[in-house]
Order: sequence, then structure tokens, then C-alpha cells
Amino acid sequence: MTNKAAVEGHSLANIQPTYVFEAPVRIWHWLHALSIFVLCVTGYFIAYPLPSVGGEASNHFLMGTFRWLHFVAAYVFTIGFLVRIYWAFVGNRYARELFVLPIHKAEWWKDLIHEVKYYGFMTRKSHKILGHNPLAQSAMFFFNVILTLFLIVTGFALYAEGLGQGSWADKMFGWAIPLLGGSLNTKMWHLTAMWLMLVFVVIHIYMAIRADIMSRESSISTIIGGWRMYKDDLP
Amino acid sequence: MAHRETFYEVMRQHGITRRSFLKFCSLTAAGLGMGPEFAMKIAHALETKPRTPVIWLHGLECTCCTESFIRSGHPLASDVILSMISLDYDDTLMAAAGHQAEELLEQTIEKYDGNYILAVEGNPPLNEDGMYCIQGGQPFVEKLRHMADHCKAIIAWGSCASWGCVQAARPNPTRATPVHKVIRNKPIVKVPGCPPIAEVMTGVITYMIAFDALPELDRQGRPKMFYSQRLHDKCYRRPHFDAGQFVERFDDEGARKGYCLYKVGCKGPTTYNACSTLEWNDGLSWPVKSGHGCLGCAEDDFWDKGSFYSAVTNMKVMGSAEADADKVGKVLAGAAAIGVAAHAAASVVSHMSDKSRKEVRHD
Repeated sequence: MTNKAAVEGHSLANIQPTYVFEAPVRIWHWLHALSIFVLCVTGYFIAYPLPSVGGEASNHFLMGTFRWLHFVAAYVFTIGFLVRIYWAFVGNRYARELFVLPIHKAEWWKDLIHEVKYYGFMTRKSHKILGHNPLAQSAMFFFNVILTLFLIVTGFALYAEGLGQGSWADKMFGWAIPLLGGSLNTKMWHLTAMWLMLVFVVIHIYMAIRADIMSRESSISTIIGGWRMYKDDLP
Repeated sequence: MAHRETFYEVMRQHGITRRSFLKFCSLTAAGLGMGPEFAMKIAHALETKPRTPVIWLHGLECTCCTESFIRSGHPLASDVILSMISLDYDDTLMAAAGHQAEELLEQTIEKYDGNYILAVEGNPPLNEDGMYCIQGGQPFVEKLRHMADHCKAIIAWGSCASWGCVQAARPNPTRATPVHKVIRNKPIVKVPGCPPIAEVMTGVITYMIAFDALPELDRQGRPKMFYSQRLHDKCYRRPHFDAGQFVERFDDEGARKGYCLYKVGCKGPTTYNACSTLEWNDGLSWPVKSGHGCLGCAEDDFWDKGSFYSAVTNMKVMGSAEADADKVGKVLAGAAAIGVAAHAAASVVSHMSDKSRKEVRHD
């Protein structure tokens, strides 16, 4: 959301902090980040196990532990996301930005092009942003809604293979496996989706730090404290 | 109408004793995962029901399904089953040949219209109007359609009939096509595997003719009784997997100790079949037991999924090039990191130049 105040020039109103990210959104953000971290590390070692441990099999449970951690983190990831969807309904307007792209608004597209230009060094103008700018919002939508859903569906479909046919996970997500061309392909897409998520993480962290340093509004402190603050009193 | 003989009568004519017959019934009930009381149900069904003929067609295939079938671990079972089905039509197993053999098909349609089971081994190639597989002067696909029109149900034997198998591998020059994509108006039971396990084949066929019903199928049309679990779920090397003990190379200490073959490409964790429980050759062994990973031969597209010795499958990138998911992922993540670094550098440069021009950043 861009804030184009009608008032031109300097004004105290332009520096007024706004409460943007409510507590559940912030808590979800950090839980989501933590679960992604655990899921990526454990997931990678499930696909590419560590060098073998010696001794009796009964003395070790290394892969079992990785898988267990992966499943626990998957539940955090999934339940967190469900609660986040709920919060989109009851939270403030910024809580909905992740889920609904206002593609029917011409202004949104204009702002999107502006953001692309801004990050492409084609303009020096930066808009003050309250919630997410259209570029960030699109990235959030594709990576944190679509990709997250894809990871949840494929993940639980694979999880259902262990629980067995007829299990709740099989009934809810088992359809994904034939759709994606079998168990091995599902695993491959799940792994590919992880890499895409990592691409997002790299860009997201960079953008957040960059925005904190170079843009006109707070970024990192906002996802910690919830308040959007501004560095100047211009519109 | 003339008396239609029962399975039991046919078996007796073929010299199967009553004792062998009952043993076969118990064995089949056990093989199908049913309780002991079902042995008598099977016996009763075979004694009273008129025999359902089975027509066994061969399309584009290697006959490994038949080879597996006639080596059914329990000679008893194979004798019994063969006496039940070879009577009608199986161009590999029957004595008749040429026009005589082809006539049998028409006779079966006449006598048992809508009442016989069509077992298909192999698949029809569809390119060039099916000219890549000609039988009795006509394309196999026409024979298949003709026989399917009059059958009660179809068994798709093996990975050829179920999925396409190696002859359907990219670029699939003959357009070999699995049966369910050619015949859409009949119930089809897929019994994949290259070949399927003999006891699975005899089990499925006995279930269908004894109970006059399809076995319960999973989402992909495979009988649940044999294909509801992965090899991995019942693998005797599973404890090594959970412990984190893997064969890294086929000549290492782990291989000698019988560790898990996951890291040398075993597809057990993604393959649905009964190998780890029924095993092969009368329960003698199966791939993992002999020290080699599963190739995943019962899974769709197993022939086009990259190396048999890699746990991660390949994907197609940029048209025809192939790379595994992690190579693609590492390239993407690497590109993102480089892009971010470049953007950061550009940001610093632009910031500095803005400053030197004493411009206000935000106008």
C-alpha cells in the first residue's frame, strides 16, 4: 500500500508511526522462518543422508530423528499457516495483503511498475509503504501462499505414504501423488519447491536489510515490534 | 443351454487332485491376505461357478510377465491357474497357432460375450495406425479394441500394459500407449512390475475369477492387497535406514554389512509393490536382499527418471536437457545470491553517486 498523502511538503503527519503487523502476524512470521530453517536442513539430510554411523543399528536413530524433526517442523509450518489464514479474516487490513493481490486496481499495477523501476535503478523516487509494496506483495503471495501450500500438500502426501493408505493424510493429500506422476516425482517437486523457498529467503532477507538501510521507512524493526516508522516527514 | 463346466471340473480333468485343489485354495486365501475361512469360500466358488475364460493377449512386450507367471513359486498354483486359463487363448502358451488360434478368439466372443476376462501383456503402439505391432495381419490395437469390447474386465499385466514401460521411453517413437489410455469403457486392474511377482499375478487372477469381482483398487488402479505399501515400509534393511547406516559404494563395508541401499539409488521408498514381503522365486530373494537397490520397476515412468543409482530423480529443464532437482535448485539459489550481491553493490554505487550529486534520495 502506498501512502500518497494529499499534503505536499513537510508535515508531522507524514512521520506518524502506524501499527502495521499485529502480534499474531509477527509471531507467525518468526515461527514460519524457524520452521523453514529446520525443514530445509532436515529435508536436505533426508534426501542426502550424512555419512553412515557405525555399530549396531539399534544404537542409532539418526535418520529417524531427522525425519521426526522434519515432521514436527512441518506441523508447525502447517498449523502456523492455518492460523495465519484465520488471522487474515479477523486481523487488520495488512494481514490480508499476503492472500489477496488487488490485480483489478490500475493503481496497484502502476505502483508495481514503479517498484520494479525503483529496484532496477531507473528511478530514485521511493514511495512510502505502509504494509507491503506491490512487488513485495506479489513475491509474498507466490512464495508464502502458493509455494507454501504446494509444500504442505506434497509434504503431507509423502508423509501419508508412511502413515499408510486410508490414513487421514492419505485421504486429504494422497491425490497429489498420482497427479504429480508418482511418489518419486512428488519427492522431486517437494525438493525443488524447497530450493525455490531458499531463493525467496535469500532475496527476502536482502530486501529487508536493504529497505531498512536505504528506504524511507522502518523494515526489520517493524516485523519485530509491529510499528512502521518513517525517517523523514515528506509524503 | 448346455452345461458350463466349473473351474473345479476343469482342474480335475487336468489331473489336479482334490487335495491339491484345497491346498491351492488355502494358499491363495493366504496370499490375498484373507482369513482362513476364505479358503473354503474360494473352494466353493471354484466348485460351483461356471468357469470364466481368460484371454491373454500379447502386445508390445518382452514376455517377462508370462515368464514370471509360469514360474509361480508354488508349482501347484501355477498348474492350477494354467489349467484354468491356457485353455482359451494365450498365443505364447497355447498349442494352437495361426488361423486356428485366431479363430479361438471369435469362438470365445461368441460363447462368452461380455463374460470373459481380458488379460493384456504389453501395450499397443499407436503411431502409423498401429503398424509397429502386427498380429495375424492386423494391428494389435485393433485386436485389443475388438476383444475389449466383448470382455467383462481387463487385467493390465506388468508395467507395459499399466504404464507403457521401456518401449514408451522418451521419445517413444512407436507411441506405445498403456491400456487404460486406449480402452476407457471397461474396468481395468493394473498389475505393474517388470515383471509383476508371480504370486501377485496368480492372486489377482484367482480373486477375479473366484469372486467374480474386481479386487479393491487404489487411486492408480492397482489392487490394494499387493500395492498398498512401499517396499521401504516392509524392507528388512529399514532399521539401517532409520539408524542412518548406508551403503555408500557397492564395495564398501556398509555393503558387506547389509546396510540400507538408499544412497546408491534404491527406489524402495517410492515404489509400491509386494517384493519385500512376498519376495521372488518362491520367496528365495528379491533385489534388495541380493544387495542391489530397487529400480522402481512397478512405478509409472521408472524408465525415464534418471539414474537407477541416484536417490533423487532428474527433471527436464529447458526442453530436453536433464538435471536433478538439486542441481537446478543450487543453480537457482546461487543465481539469487549472486543477483542479490550485484544488486547490493549497485545500490551502494547509486547511493554514492546520488550523494556526490547532492541530490535528495527521495526528491
